Amino acid sequence: MDKKIGLYICTGCGLEEALDINALTAVGNEEKVAVCKTCQQLCSKEGKELIKQDIENGEVNAVAIAGCSFRVNYDVFDFGPEILVERINLREHVVWTHTPNNEDTQMMAEDYIRMGMAKLKRMELPEPYVPEEEVVKTIMVVGGGLTGMTAALESAKAGYKTVLVEKENKLGGWAANLYKMAPVTEPFTEIADNYIPDIIKEIEANSNITVYTSSKVITTEGAPGMFYVTINQGSKEISEKVGSIVQATGAKPYEPENLGHLGYGKSDKVITQAMFEEMAKNGKLSGVEKIAFIQCAGSRDENHLPYCSAACCVESLKQSLAFKGINPKGIVYIFYRDIRSAGQYEHFYEKAQESGVNFIKYAEIDDVAENSGKMVITLDDVILGEKVEASDFDLVVLANGMVSTASFGEEMVEESEEDEKQDSESQESIANKPPVIQADILNLQYRQGPEIPILKHGFPDSNYICFPYETRRTGIYTAGSVRAPMDLLETREDATGAALKAVQCVENVSVGMALHPRSGDLSFPEFNMNRCTQCKRCTEECPFGAINEDEKANPLPNPTRCRRCGVCMGACPERIISFKNYNVPMVGNMIKNIEIPEEDEEKPRILIFACENDAIPALDMAGINKYSYNAWVRIIPVRCLGSLNLIWINDAMSKGFDGVLLMGCKHGEDYQCHFMKGSELAEYRLSKVSETLDRLGLESERVKATQVTIMDYDKIPQMIEDFTEEIDELGPNPMKDFQ
Amino acid sequence: MVVGGGMSGLTAAVEAAEIGAEVYIVEKRPFLGGRVAQVNQYFPKLCPPNCGLEINFQRIKKNPKINFITNSEVEGISGEEGNFNVTVKTHPRYVNDNCTACGKCVEACPTERENDFNFGMDKTSAIYLPHEFSMPMRYVIDGDVCKGTSCNKCVEACPYNAIDLNMEAKNTVFNVGSIVWAAGWNPYDAENISYYGFGQYADVVNNVMMERLAAPNGPTKGKIVRPSDGKEIENIAFIQCAGSRDENHLHCCSSVCCLASLKHATYVREQYPDAKITIYFIDIRARGKFEDFYNKVESEIGLNFIKGKPGEVKLDNENGKLIVHSEDQLTQTVTDEKYDMVVLATGMAPVTRKSKVPANINYDEDGFVASDSGMPGIYAAGCVKHPMDVASCVRDATSAAMKAFQSAVRGQDNG
Repeated sequence: MDKKIGLYICTGCGLEEALDINALTAVGNEEKVAVCKTCQQLCSKEGKELIKQDIENGEVNAVAIAGCSFRVNYDVFDFGPEILVERINLREHVVWTHTPNNEDTQMMAEDYIRMGMAKLKRMELPEPYVPEEEVVKTIMVVGGGLTGMTAALESAKAGYKTVLVEKENKLGGWAANLYKMAPVTEPFTEIADNYIPDIIKEIEANSNITVYTSSKVITTEGAPGMFYVTINQGSKEISEKVGSIVQATGAKPYEPENLGHLGYGKSDKVITQAMFEEMAKNGKLSGVEKIAFIQCAGSRDENHLPYCSAACCVESLKQSLAFKGINPKGIVYIFYRDIRSAGQYEHFYEKAQESGVNFIKYAEIDDVAENSGKMVITLDDVILGEKVEASDFDLVVLANGMVSTASFGEEMVEESEEDEKQDSESQESIANKPPVIQADILNLQYRQGPEIPILKHGFPDSNYICFPYETRRTGIYTAGSVRAPMDLLETREDATGAALKAVQCVENVSVGMALHPRSGDLSFPEFNMNRCTQCKRCTEECPFGAINEDEKANPLPNPTRCRRCGVCMGACPERIISFKNYNVPMVGNMIKNIEIPEEDEEKPRILIFACENDAIPALDMAGINKYSYNAWVRIIPVRCLGSLNLIWINDAMSKGFDGVLLMGCKHGEDYQCHFMKGSELAEYRLSKVSETLDRLGLESERVKATQVTIMDYDKIPQMIEDFTEEIDELGPNPMKDFQ
Repeated sequence: MVVGGGMSGLTAAVEAAEIGAEVYIVEKRPFLGGRVAQVNQYFPKLCPPNCGLEINFQRIKKNPKINFITNSEVEGISGEEGNFNVTVKTHPRYVNDNCTACGKCVEACPTERENDFNFGMDKTSAIYLPHEFSMPMRYVIDGDVCKGTSCNKCVEACPYNAIDLNMEAKNTVFNVGSIVWAAGWNPYDAENISYYGFGQYADVVNNVMMERLAAPNGPTKGKIVRPSDGKEIENIAFIQCAGSRDENHLHCCSSVCCLASLKHATYVREQYPDAKITIYFIDIRARGKFEDFYNKVESEIGLNFIKGKPGEVKLDNENGKLIVHSEDQLTQTVTDEKYDMVVLATGMAPVTRKSKVPANINYDEDGFVASDSGMPGIYAAGCVKHPMDVASCVRDATSAAMKAFQSAVRGQDNG
């Protein structure tokens, strides 16, 4: 279908007062648009009607709105799935940030119109990815403890078939062995009987759930909507096709053998929390009169677990009260550093205090030793400020913390890393990848490794505060204590949320829609395999491990694993990867369509590639605050800085741009990039282009990467000013003459 | 229906909509984003909340299944799971959809109001944009101070007929299958803790005010200074559990204040390399991986910890400094230290402590909605249920969205 572009220029919000609108219309006509109209307020009913009419009359099938930012009035300028819309930001990026009725401001507005036209000409309507095979909506949950059972039940209650895989011969996990349970509901003061058997019954009664006990996942192949899972059950091998996965394999207690300094292994009167539960359950606590709990046994200790295990304080409170229930006259001491009974568990702490449990704050436990059949604890008492001995204990319980099941195993070393040890560039690029530990849980048949990458301390957690279900592997969600230390209450909420995410995944995949953060996006990367040189950059750099490789190193894309960030498109040196509405030639043409003044006009030009997620909103905010910045710049939004293809730098330089500035998210520790490492990759690629620039006789300082947050809008004008000064000092791009 | 457009409400809404549910968000304030929109940075990453809000706003804008109404409150709920009728009262915004946020009205407006977004620490005109990232990006008029049609200056200044000073409150009834109550929290009213001098001494602030003082778009453009005289800070104290873990106030622990104060210490240290920063505490509750943040702050920026709950904050009339009277449990002494500024780590009082849900549901002793609300089809999410940090709110809200979705599924099965 031929593209019939309608260019609609809004004259409201100060545009008319600041710009020569007729000249803008002239630019539109030069670009041979089908329709070019102006309106006093395009977002009004009349404005929208004006556009609608042209569409209905068949005069226009692609719309360019020259007015405000795409971040506002999104819904107003939605003309249905058949109509392409491009927003040309003349408000926030031009008239609100630059001198009105000024030659430079006008040139900027005209360039943005040309860029918008170039973009629209290269854009196509995205068509959703529909796999050839059937997309299934079954949810698989790995791990049959409290988290896994909750996730399975919640998925089933929402109407989804669920497969639950548990390695032990029965469901229940760690919590099944508890004598009593900490409260999870108001008034948060009473210990409860173990309710795990009730949950198991509920699972068994639910026809949507298939349970495999004594079972283990051998391999997980495929992608969301079509994961092929091989499960080993004794001598049997079972195949299941599932749509998405919840990994709820939980945590293990910290190895008590490492706690010799707290007396473990030296006396059988020093036990773990789990051993306490077993003794309580089996009536072995009779005769115990005085008991000590030592908190942070291994946790909050740089020699053991640097983190707090989050659940032990409440667990020890519970065990104290359970012990008091068995032996009301029994004496309990809890040796602690901080009692972390957060939220309503404060009531539980109070209950323990009221019940006569003694709390002693320690700085250091020096020794735990047996003396005449009783245990003696030597400690540094914080309140007394001196060494004290606490004695006569019949039992010492070590609150020995938790370790994620995802953390056991060898860290994966990439083949290419071994092969190319000589190649320092390649090593550097791989060095920043999150570690994948071969924990033998999901055994993913992914080019980037068999398990979910680890964030920190062996936990495959999300890096994002706002998006805690991000695992870097689309359609696979970790939940419960496998992903972060948490208590039973948090575990259940986490499991229910993970079940929703699993459901969300299959629902969106089945209609070809992207998941967060580009929720609803229908575009996906297409590979022109004829020109592939098997360089492996796309398969290595995809932040989500979406692309597998065949034995000849050809990329094998899995579109349902893809999150549409465009990192692969930026990585590809042959430029064979493109999206229907976002591709290398599209941005290339935008650059080529910018008018570069002759050198003697002394109007340098600087191209800014700005991340759509943070830098563009920050630039918009600069506009809303009417902060003015240099008018030499031209801004191109990118999905992620990681989608930046180096050819664009070439395009800009050969076009005669004097400098290129990249604005992306913070990287490194606590990175802010929504696609993990896009901004970092862009900077890494830049280090390679500087050599090329040097060879061309262009200073590498002409291209610079910066990190901005969404709140840096007050700093952006100065950042731009600093860069333009640097460019000014370098003088004009000598390539200008060769245009 | 999701009641509350803060982090929990937004999350519940987008997550539910992205599994196919039709969602209405009802927000009391004139913008979405809730309390996190007023936060400068999140712990432990020290990243800006607007970053995550921006993504969620984009998800809302692009999803036709999500509808939201601001300036609105739920007045009544009738019916049952699968078939609730919810009466929503929408207060007049006095600004309609024509508004383009061009800002011409502000230039014309002669009246000022206290800026609630900055907890009254500065002023805006009577017609104002709640904040730069406001969603919707539309002005609003404070009906309490606006002189109305007798002034009419904004109406005359607006090029788009966007202002209607005769707008009236209206009630709308929505039929929904389930309700997520994510009304959030208020900072515990520090004036109730009279012995700490909040409201009496200008330099005693609470922790949410501290966020605004540190925010680049706050009343001081991000410069942390003494509110009373604008002087720089040499010596600042944080009092933990101000109104939490206290039988006379909130009984519970508010979960986030320890980490919030550690974060505030980083704000202060960034601006004042030599300032003395003291934290009065009972326990430092940096659970889970937040321990890393506690260690990092403690080792990198130099803090003075005093274990003890202060009994009183007084003003030294001679030099304008604040005296914190406290025991120090470690030295077993009573101390009277002087500070330029005192920040009260006031806890989270659930909104339902004062404004109950108009339905027969259960609460705990502090006013939090019970884990099991007691009414099928109504689910609490976020800080109206337990005091919790942002990531926990998101997880909890996602879980509430699942429960709400199941209610709808059950409704279909039954209908």
